[in-house]
Amino acid sequence: MSSGAIPFALSMVVLLIGLYAIIAKANVVKIIIGILITDYAVNLFLVLLGYRHGGRAPIVTKADLDTSGGVSMGFVNTSVDPVPQALILTSIVIGLAVAAMMVALALRLHDKYGTFDITRIRRLKG
Amino acid sequence: MSDLTPVVLYALLGFMILGSIVAVEIADLLSAVIAMGAVGFGLSLVYLFLGAPDLALTQVVVEILILVFLIRLVVQRKDTTEQHPPGALLVGGIMLVMGVVLTIMVMAFSDMHPFGSPLFSRTAAAPTIAFDYLREAVAQTGATNIVTAILLDFRAYDTLGEATVIFASIVGAYAVLRRVGRISKGGTE
Amino acid sequence: MTPHSPRGGSGMTIIVKSTTRIVTAFIMLFGTTIVLYGHVTPGGGFAGGVIIAAAFALIVLAFGKTLAGRFVTGTTASVWDSAAATAFLFVGVLGYLGGCFFWNFLRPPQSGRFTLFKLYSAGSILLSNTAIGMKVGMGLLGVFLALSVFRPRREEGEGHE
Repeated sequence: MSSGAIPFALSMVVLLIGLYAIIAKANVVKIIIGILITDYAVNLFLVLLGYRHGGRAPIVTKADLDTSGGVSMGFVNTSVDPVPQALILTSIVIGLAVAAMMVALALRLHDKYGTFDITRIRRLKG
Repeated sequence: MSDLTPVVLYALLGFMILGSIVAVEIADLLSAVIAMGAVGFGLSLVYLFLGAPDLALTQVVVEILILVFLIRLVVQRKDTTEQHPPGALLVGGIMLVMGVVLTIMVMAFSDMHPFGSPLFSRTAAAPTIAFDYLREAVAQTGATNIVTAILLDFRAYDTLGEATVIFASIVGAYAVLRRVGRISKGGTE
Repeated sequence: MTPHSPRGGSGMTIIVKSTTRIVTAFIMLFGTTIVLYGHVTPGGGFAGGVIIAAAFALIVLAFGKTLAGRFVTGTTASVWDSAAATAFLFVGVLGYLGGCFFWNFLRPPQSGRFTLFKLYSAGSILLSNTAIGMKVGMGLLGVFLALSVFRPRREEGEGHE
């Protein structure tokens, strides 16, 4: 494995840990945690794709403007990729809204069945 | 911002992996939630080192609210989950499948552009969309934060759709938490 | 909501209340700044909205939901949430003044009407940021209030499972 792939592989390890929690755990809270960790890992992977060595944040300062009012090529050639960041920014907040909805569902489940254990909830059903 | 050594990145990613293993495996639910919070704050640091201050700021605040929600869920609630470990065969099978998946992923990553030289080429000869955004955003929108310029001007239609997703899940949470539901009115059904 | 007072009402201790009273205004000011200057500095509507929601959540946690319910209720938050979502769509529709959806109608390209790095430098992005910030903030505040008001049926004595 070349060293250029190690950060991608590490973020995918985080994703697989979250996936393991979703598959193998019987507790609703653990499943919610697994979904959130998977969410983090995917966001991280996409931001890692846009990074460049020595890159700087895609925010223009006064020093980056050239005389004609445009952006200098020095900024364009050193900035990290802004497109994944713009898409991930909304994804993070969507993760929060979905987490709120999952917490609401888990509250309802615990209210109705008195447990977080999905195997017992399945047995109690009907 | 430019002195991101691989050591710092690997250390933070290792911290995230460790935190997520703890969050998944620890028995106490409150400890699991707090370990997941540690993963989120570590992620925010990674964003900061990757040149994404917008994402770092958002991730910190979002993590705080997620922690408040989840602690609201687990505190003072009796956890009666049976602590039976899942069968060895099941765990072994899952591990095997995940190992295979990870191997395939690493093989795929080896063929991609390596970390640090993004897929998106930035030469004036063969401009990509990111190149054009970086060069034209200030002149066309007046926003000096390129991320905001993409989010609310170039790709505002996407943002409208994502705002709709947020709205839908919030309305879903309202619907789940409604005080008077059909179930309690109808008795058994 | 708080562990100290399961029936709501009094909230947390006097130390927490005094600190909250001092700090909350600054947190909301910070959130507003993040929203309004999202086109110049890091931040924007999403981050700033979550900060504002967190400030309201701090009030609810410190003072208890009955006192906080006097200022803002779930219905109010829901109405503001929907209004802000509609306002964002309206900003997009107003773009048809310039010919297409989400056209930056306040700032024609290449115009020298606005100076960079100022509040009014980016045209309709400021309006969009404000709408998004209000939408995210009020939406999350509404969910937080709904979660804190929610009480299991067993405590109300009508559960029969």
